[in-house]
Amino acid sequence: MTRLIATYAIGLIFGAGIVLSGMANPAKVLNFFDFAGTWDPSLLLVMVTALAVTFAGYRLVLRRPGPMFETGFALPSGTRIDRPLVLGSATFGVGWGLSGFCPGGLLPVISTFRGEVLWFTAAMLAGIAIARLARRSLTLGLAQAT
Amino acid sequence: MMTGFTPLAATAGGALIGLASVLLMATLGRVMGATGILAGVFAPSGPRDLDWRLALLAGMMTAPFLWLAATGAMPVIDVPVSRASMVIGGLLVGIGVTFGSGCTSGHGVCGMARLSPRSITATAIFMAFTALTVFVTRHLIGA
Repeated sequence: MTRLIATYAIGLIFGAGIVLSGMANPAKVLNFFDFAGTWDPSLLLVMVTALAVTFAGYRLVLRRPGPMFETGFALPSGTRIDRPLVLGSATFGVGWGLSGFCPGGLLPVISTFRGEVLWFTAAMLAGIAIARLARRSLTLGLAQAT
Repeated sequence: MMTGFTPLAATAGGALIGLASVLLMATLGRVMGATGILAGVFAPSGPRDLDWRLALLAGMMTAPFLWLAATGAMPVIDVPVSRASMVIGGLLVGIGVTFGSGCTSGHGVCGMARLSPRSITATAIFMAFTALTVFVTRHLIGA
């Protein structure tokens, strides 16, 4: 139970950071990327600060034998720069540029039930489902071909 | 639509995002990646893999109400694009983060903090394509 209460509190800290920083406000996000127009540099500070705190904090945490409530750290282990990573990231960038929402900026404000937020959420979930199906059939196709 | 430069809120907000990322690693040993946390809800490896995701999401979604209690208003969410842009954008974000294995929080913050070559590459690519998309929609098509 302590584990879930702690996790809930961490979610609340993350959500508060997202809301305070402006990451959940598409107008602000899109202006950060609009260097040739109404540029708003705020998001640069959000990313640099979040990265600096995480960089320093990870160095302290990952020195420990393991996390508080689990037996080990679950760190992504892949190192290969492959086609899905490159094309997926480019696709995500186009979507972020069209809408102004990234998944981290979106999740905390789904609970506002704003119309545009719900439209984006439904479309994003559909996109995730489509990509998972496509990836599964790609993997199956490769398995059958060999 | 102009938005004002908000250096204090941006820095404090970024620090909270970083703090949450560090705390999630210290407690559950997990990366604070919105994509992975959400995707795992639909395909958890067991009940112990689902409960923390739901608790984390519940905490995130409490934030707007904390904001309401603190400031007297819901968070500002200005959407300066059409509904079609939101829907197409949402689809592309969902497809992109699934194939790209992450987004701004997972690759841009947690992965970059671990100096992961995959995350550094992914972040450089999506930031460039986001800027390019904004330039095309605002200055080439929308001009």
